[in-house]
Amino acid sequence: MTHPPYLSPGYRSTVLRAPSLPPVEMKADPEAAELTSPVFGPTEIGPLDADLTAGRPGEPIGERIIVTGRIVDSGGRPVPGTLVEIWQANAAGRYAHQLDRHPAPLDPNFSGAGRCLTDDEGRYRFVTIKPGAYPWRNHHNAWRPAHIHFSVFGTAFTERLVTQMYFPGDPLFPYDPIFCSVPGQEARDRLVAAFDLDVTEPEWALGYRFDVVLGHTPMEDR
Amino acid sequence: MTTPSQTVGPFFGFALPYADDWALVPEGHPGAVLITGRVLDGAGEPVPDAVLELWTGETGTRGALARGGPGASGFGRCATEPDGSYRFRAAPPAGPYYSLTVFARGLLRQVLTRIYLEDRPDPLLDSLPPGRRATLIARPDDAGAHRFDVRLQGEGETVFLAF
Repeated sequence: MTHPPYLSPGYRSTVLRAPSLPPVEMKADPEAAELTSPVFGPTEIGPLDADLTAGRPGEPIGERIIVTGRIVDSGGRPVPGTLVEIWQANAAGRYAHQLDRHPAPLDPNFSGAGRCLTDDEGRYRFVTIKPGAYPWRNHHNAWRPAHIHFSVFGTAFTERLVTQMYFPGDPLFPYDPIFCSVPGQEARDRLVAAFDLDVTEPEWALGYRFDVVLGHTPMEDR
Repeated sequence: MTTPSQTVGPFFGFALPYADDWALVPEGHPGAVLITGRVLDGAGEPVPDAVLELWTGETGTRGALARGGPGASGFGRCATEPDGSYRFRAAPPAGPYYSLTVFARGLLRQVLTRIYLEDRPDPLLDSLPPGRRATLIARPDDAGAHRFDVRLQGEGETVFLAF
């Protein structure tokens, strides 16, 4: 089992939104449109889109980080040229979103959204600011561990993945019903980036590695 | 091992939408299909913080994200309005249906479904009881659009697919 069950009552919003019926298992059909995927071209992405610290008059506040990794399919093959989109709160734990009411400061030099295409070896790389934890109203004293939202395509529309990348050693993990909705510690650990000294750049930014595996392996429960 | 899914959350609105993301083809494009509907929860209430993605099954003549000017994209995205509504303007699908995926706060993983523009013999449709079959077929509305609501849970729950 890899993905969270739709109904995870600890995360209250699932109660009225989780489908109550199991999905219909599709029979093998090589013609199915879902087995194809949009193709993205380099001209669709701006040169600064992968640097969330750029494009503003000043430097954003916070700890500058590099987040990089590979997008691979369930067979371990790299997925080149696929779109990776990220979004996140700023260093104070505030999103640049009008509905975020957390009384933490906005940063005029940080929008918190970026995107890029993977290279020929399936690699992506973002420069950003380490996001802060923030409160939410799911339950009393509820706090989300620091995370970066990831949206990834792949070679089939069925592989479409939206997930969240977390940071190693976060003390909030056991209290977070979204992180804990993933069944089993081993699968949860796949959502935690690894600090990587080889990605880290001296005198400039700490580096984290976060690889993403799309699809599902034959032995794996969906 | 596969990377687990997590919810898109409530705060994607400054990141995922892009200009004219819902308009896969420009206004007046020959054969353009307008699809509108609402996303509803198990209480029948609108879901104002969902984002839908439409895939026609072929790339089209301009990039998936490219907008402006002539040409067709095969991919579109639309965040729901406060009343749960969404819309797409697209070229006809490559096959008998569009692929539609829905992300939302409260969905720990997206749901995947199909929009058929008309009822027709089809391996998937023919495998479903009539009430469930109907959830995959868009209805023409008075404005010439195709109406397709997504009911995440409960009565009239949309058929979702697993591959």
